[in-house]
Amino acid sequence: MQFSRLYGLATLRGLPLTRLRNVLRRFGIAIAFALLLVILSVLSGSFLTISNLLNIARQVSINAVIAAGMTFVILTGGIDLSVGSVLALSGAVIAGLLAAGRPVLVGIGGGLAVGALLGLVNGLVITRGRVQPFIATLGMLTIGRGLTLVYTDGRPITGLPDPFVWLGAGEVFRIPVPVLIMMLVFLASSVILTQTVVGRYVYAIGGNEEAARLSGVNVAAYKTLVYVVSGVVSAASAVILTGRLNSAQPTAGVGFELDAIAAVVLGGTTLAGGEGSISGTILGAFIIGVINNGLNLLNVNPFYQQVVKGAVILLAVLLDRRLR
Amino acid sequence: MPSVDVPLLEMKGITKSFPGVRALQDVSLEVRAGEVHALVGENGAGKSTLIRILGGIYPRDAGQILLRGLPVEVASPTHARQLGISIIHQELNQVPALSVAENIFLGREPRRVGGLVDWDEMYARAGRLLADLGVSIDPRRRLGTLTVAEQQLVEIAKALSADAAIVVMDEPTAPLTVEETERLFGFIHDLRARDVGIIYITHRLEEVFKIADRVTVLRDGLHVGTYAIAGLTMDELISLMVGRRLTEKFPKEDVPLGPPVLDVRGLTVQGFFRDVSFILRHGEILGIAGLIGSGKAEVAHAIFGATSLDAGEILLDGRPVSIRSPADAIALGIGLVTEDRKRLGLVLSMSVRANITLPIVRRVAVALFIRRLEETALITQAIRDLDMAVTSPEQIVRNLSGGTQQKVVVAKWLQTRARVLLMVEPTRGIDVGAKVEIYHLMVALARRGVGIVMVSSEMEEILGMSDRILVMHEGVITAEFPRAQATQEGIMASAAGRVHSAV
Repeated sequence: MQFSRLYGLATLRGLPLTRLRNVLRRFGIAIAFALLLVILSVLSGSFLTISNLLNIARQVSINAVIAAGMTFVILTGGIDLSVGSVLALSGAVIAGLLAAGRPVLVGIGGGLAVGALLGLVNGLVITRGRVQPFIATLGMLTIGRGLTLVYTDGRPITGLPDPFVWLGAGEVFRIPVPVLIMMLVFLASSVILTQTVVGRYVYAIGGNEEAARLSGVNVAAYKTLVYVVSGVVSAASAVILTGRLNSAQPTAGVGFELDAIAAVVLGGTTLAGGEGSISGTILGAFIIGVINNGLNLLNVNPFYQQVVKGAVILLAVLLDRRLR
Repeated sequence: MPSVDVPLLEMKGITKSFPGVRALQDVSLEVRAGEVHALVGENGAGKSTLIRILGGIYPRDAGQILLRGLPVEVASPTHARQLGISIIHQELNQVPALSVAENIFLGREPRRVGGLVDWDEMYARAGRLLADLGVSIDPRRRLGTLTVAEQQLVEIAKALSADAAIVVMDEPTAPLTVEETERLFGFIHDLRARDVGIIYITHRLEEVFKIADRVTVLRDGLHVGTYAIAGLTMDELISLMVGRRLTEKFPKEDVPLGPPVLDVRGLTVQGFFRDVSFILRHGEILGIAGLIGSGKAEVAHAIFGATSLDAGEILLDGRPVSIRSPADAIALGIGLVTEDRKRLGLVLSMSVRANITLPIVRRVAVALFIRRLEETALITQAIRDLDMAVTSPEQIVRNLSGGTQQKVVVAKWLQTRARVLLMVEPTRGIDVGAKVEIYHLMVALARRGVGIVMVSSEMEEILGMSDRILVMHEGVITAEFPRAQATQEGIMASAAGRVHSAV
C-alpha cells in the first residue's frame, strides 16, 4: 500500500520526476546499497571500519561466487537449485583427496571436475530430457546431498594441509584470499557476459529462445554450458568454505541456493531471463551480506534477523518492479 | 417465425482507426434472424476489426449497433454474451485441462446454495446441449483429449448455451477435415432453423456459396457491398474482393536470371505439406501465395531447417545439401525472415547491435572475444544502408517501431551474405512507406544475384514483386504463374482450391 502511494505521488507530479525515475530505475539498487551503508554507519560505530568491511567481503564471498554462476543460469531463463549440494559434494571430494595425501592441485581439480560433471548432468537432463530446470536441479539437489552423505558416511572430513586452508582463511596484504577469488570469478564472469560470443548467446537465449535458434545459435549447447558454469563456481566456493572451516561438512551449503537466487534477483536480473548483469549480482550479494552484518552489530535477535532480511529483499524487489 | 422487417442485427456506419491506420470506414452489416451471412475480404480488409467491435473487444470511433432495432452499446465481451452475441474465434479460447462441461460453463457455472459448483446440474445441462446438437461427447471428458473438430463443436455448444441470438464463426473450417466440415454445415443448418443469425467469416469461397444466404464484402476497411448469394458467381465475388489494381508502389525491376540456386524436390512434412518441388534462380523473386493453413510458411521453415523434413531433397547451386538445423542453413548461405518478428525474428530485450550480428557474431570474434570496433562498423553500415530510424546501435529493439524492427530483421540476414533469402510475410504489420523500402531492398538483393522466396498472404505484393508465383492449397502446389500471366482472380481461385486451367 505504502509503495503504491509513493509511486502514485511520483507519477502524479509527472514530468519533472521522470528524470529522477530514470536515475532510480538504473541505479536504484546501488542507491539502496549506499543508503544502507549510511544508515548502518550512523547506527553502529564499528560498522565503517576496515576490518569490518573486509569481514563482510569475506562473508559475502561464498554466496557471491555461487551467485555469479547463478546469474548465467537465470539469464537464460533457467534456475539452479542444486548449487548447495554441488558445493557439499565437491568439498567432500576435495577433502577426501587431500586427506588421502594427494597434492592440493589434484584435490582442487577433482572438486572442480565434480562440479562440472554435476552441472553437465543438470544441463543434459534439461536440454536433452526436456525437463524443467526447476525440477531437474531439484532432483540434483537431493541426489548431490545424498551422494555427499554416502561419500562422507555422514561425518566431517578433517586433516587438510595448510596451503589449502590458506585458500579459505589466508590473507594477501590484509585482503582475505576468498575475496580475491571472488574478484577473480566476477571479473571473468563480467568479461564473458559482456565481451564474448558466449555472453551474447546467453542473453539471446534468455530473451527469445526461438529467435536465437532461428539465428543459428546452438541453444541446447549453451544452455547446458551455463549449468556447467554454475557447477564449477559452486565447486570453487567449496574450496573457500572447506579451507575456511578446515574440514568438509556433509551438511555444508544447505539453503545456499536461496541466498544466491536472492542476490541475483536483488541485482536486477529478471527470472524470466534475458535481462540483467553481473555487476547487479555483486551488489545484490553485498546488500544481503551488509544486512546480515548490520543486524549482528546492532544485536538484533537472530530469529528476527531472518524476518528482516526477507522483508528487505522483498521490499527492494517490489520497489524495483514499481520503477520499471 | 419473427417478422423479417426488423433485422436481428444492424451495424451502421462503423468507423475505427488505429494509430496511423484507418481500419474501418463507414462499414455496415445487417443480419436477419435465421440467416447465414458471410463476411469476406482479403487479409487486412477489416473483418476481424468489425467482429471485435461487435464482440465488445474494441470500442468504435463512430457508428451504431442495433439489436432487434434497439441501439446497444457493447461494453465488453461479457456484455456481448449477455446480449446474446457469441463469437467463436479462430483460435479457440478453451482450457484443455478442464472437462467439456467446465469449458462450456466457464465463468458461469451453475451454483448450489453457498456458492459451490452444482456439478450434477452442470454435467446434465452440458449433456443435454451436446445431445441437442446430435453430438456424442461425454461432458466429463477432458477437453484436451478431443479432436480439434470436437473442440469446435464444444465451442458451438457453448455459444448455444448462452442462448445466443447471433453466432459469429471466424474461419471455423480451417482445422477441419472434409467430413467434419460437412457436419459443421449440418449444425449451421440447425442453428438457422432455430432463427439464430450467423455471421460466417471464411477465405474458402466455395463454402460461401454452399451455406450462406447473403455476403458482405469488405476491402481496405471499406464496405464494398452486400449481395444475395443466389445472384452471384464465384468470379464476380473474387473481383469484388480484389477491386482495383495497385502496381506503382512496387519497384520491381527485371533482373537477368542466373542459374538455379535453390532446387527443392518432393519436400514433405507430414500434416503440413507434401511433394513440394520448385527451382529458384539467382536474381529471381519467387512468390508463394496461399491461404492461412495452406502450408506455405511451413515450406520456408522446413528449407531453413527449423522443422525437419519427412521426405525430399534440397540442392544448393546444384549440389545436394543436408540441412538439419538453422545453423546448417546459415552456414550454407540461406536466411529466413520470419513471419512473426516479435516471436521469432528478434530478441526484443537486446540492442539493435546484438540483434543484427546474432547469426554472424562468431565472424567478428577472435577466440570468442567480440571485436567491438569491427562489429560497430558493420552495424553503422547496416543502419545507413537501410536508413533505419535508430538513435544508436545500443537502442533496445523493443522500443522501435514495427517498420524499423522489420529492417533490423532484414539487416540481420544481409550480414550473413545469404545466397537464398526466404522471406515470410516480409511486410506484415508495417506502414506503406516502410513496405516500399523493403521492396527496394529486395530488388537490390536480386540484382546482386540473391535468390528470394517470398511467402505472402498479401495478394498485391505477390503480384507486384514476384517474377513467378506458386500457389498452395492444403499443402500442395496447385498452380504456377509466370509474372505476365498472373492475375488476382487466378491466384485466388487456385488458393481456394479450384484447379486452374488457364496456364
